[in-house]
Amino acid sequence: MSTLAVNTLAAADAANKCAPGLPAGFCHEHAETGCVAGNGLFCFGWAADNFDRYVDPFFRQLEIAVISVAIGFVIALGLALLSHRRRFLVPPLIGLTGVLYTIPSVAFFFLLLPITGFGFWTAVIPLSAYTLQIIYRNAVVGFANVPADARDAGRGMGMSEGELLLKVELPLATPEIIAGLRIAIVSTVAVATLAFLAGAGGLGQLLSEQNNFKTNIIMIGVLTIVMALILDLIVLLCQRLLTPWLRVRAAQ
Amino acid sequence: MTKRYAGADAPAIAELELAVAGGEICVFVGPSGSGKTTAMRMVNRMVEITEGDITVGGTSVRQRSPAELRREIGYVIQQIGLFPHRTVGDNIATVPRLVGWDRDRIEARVEELLELVRIDPALRERYPAQLSGGQQQRVGVARALAADPGVMLMDEPFGAVDPINRERLQNEFLRLQAEVRKTILFVTHDIDEAIKMGDRVAVLREGGRLAQYATPAELLMAPADDFVEDFVGADRALKRLALMRVADIDLWEAPLAHIGQSMGEVREKLPAAEVPHALVIDPDRRPVGWLSDEDLAREIVPAKPDTSPDPIVELDDVLRDALSDLLQAETRYAPVVDAEGRIAGVLSVEIVSEFLTSPEALTEEHAAAERPVSE
Repeated sequence: MSTLAVNTLAAADAANKCAPGLPAGFCHEHAETGCVAGNGLFCFGWAADNFDRYVDPFFRQLEIAVISVAIGFVIALGLALLSHRRRFLVPPLIGLTGVLYTIPSVAFFFLLLPITGFGFWTAVIPLSAYTLQIIYRNAVVGFANVPADARDAGRGMGMSEGELLLKVELPLATPEIIAGLRIAIVSTVAVATLAFLAGAGGLGQLLSEQNNFKTNIIMIGVLTIVMALILDLIVLLCQRLLTPWLRVRAAQ
Repeated sequence: MTKRYAGADAPAIAELELAVAGGEICVFVGPSGSGKTTAMRMVNRMVEITEGDITVGGTSVRQRSPAELRREIGYVIQQIGLFPHRTVGDNIATVPRLVGWDRDRIEARVEELLELVRIDPALRERYPAQLSGGQQQRVGVARALAADPGVMLMDEPFGAVDPINRERLQNEFLRLQAEVRKTILFVTHDIDEAIKMGDRVAVLREGGRLAQYATPAELLMAPADDFVEDFVGADRALKRLALMRVADIDLWEAPLAHIGQSMGEVREKLPAAEVPHALVIDPDRRPVGWLSDEDLAREIVPAKPDTSPDPIVELDDVLRDALSDLLQAETRYAPVVDAEGRIAGVLSVEIVSEFLTSPEALTEEHAAAERPVSE
């Protein structure tokens, strides 16, 4: 925080109950307490009183992240299934998703602006594109790690390729697939903070409105982390329900 | 039938032709590269046939859809291949579910199979990782038997089990086979296992050529060529002994002496006897001991002769084990008793060696499931 910004805030008109330099929306009775005026590290009173202003952007960002990961998951898993029996497709698909992954997010948003316009999908498309690499790679590893003897036994007992996939390969690849999903979720929640640049809103919007006010920055940071943790926990819970065999202790 | 792989000069299986009788165990044995597993996998079309045909119960496998065919053929592989994500019960229920049995029938069948392979029903909800190697193997067999297939394919089913458990599982499986009477194709690289498990043994050599197809006894007595002879091993004569019980050979008779009998009568019998020693038996005809020269000098037969009767072997013992007992005790003769412990004859090292070189040895045949199993 620059000294200039602090000085500006310090010069706040106490009678006005509003720190100059803050947008009108940030003016509040707590402004005079000194914490806000002095731009203290974290003003609890202000944060408590202003919590509502974070609720909508929080759920907006959650929506962006969840929809992005969901789309990315469906596409990446589809690609993994497509290349499952066509191994020659794996290197080009890893290359392609890798290229998508390297495009800087801001550049990606601006590339899409002329096509999809300012808004939700301009943010969601790049974010889902980023998840492809992580989820696809993990799914490919998951399928490759299915024990060859389980596959052989399944075929040998008369499972069709579809039955083998649904009853044997997919369940056994689930731990790796979910590991990829978890990485994708955490990184997408983080990058979704930039979705406001594409005009999709989210917590980043509040950051852009006031990037000097420490309490605001910390609130956004903490809420983003909380969002990532909650989603991660939900997926972890799903994994435990889906893979009960991993929790049993080996004999002896 | 013949199997050729694209790009290979020589076929993996060259014009292999053999018939397996219903209810018998046919073992494919051979060194690695002999195509034994490939040949077996052609039966359920896990490997496609290049030329020729295989018929199961009169129908060509080439006319069946692979999935349908495989559901009717039990399949056990070396790594067992249990599904790690499914419980024991669900693993066993695999094929019944594929063919669409109703819940109650599957439930009952799983229970029945657990009992058949001697797995504690409490383990039904466990996952394979919670079982010992031997238990996993038995679950693998139960799974293969689930839809009651007429034919079973077993690829080194005991290969991943330690030697002590392997022996036990082999014996258990033979007992099981005596009950279920499946037509079994059994693949192994271990000639001892082949001889033990097989009703007939197909010895394959490099390139999937059939070197000999014969009963275990024939294989041991009359190897078709040097390859089979080498493969069967220099101890093939001894291996034959594992296929027989003591009861299967003609035993010798020793002069019997009853406790309290006058020694004079015993001494009279000695010169003409097959066994030049007299055996003392109690009133229940149980062997008590051998009479020594000092004993023979007495007036009456003593209740406690100088020489112990050990080793005593039973009619039901595996001949190889009985011989081993004889050699270990460094004696030439062993009394043989029946199930009640009554004397039935005397076994000697000479009888065994004579028997091995006699032509009648060839005709001594037992189905694998009825053969003695040494514990």
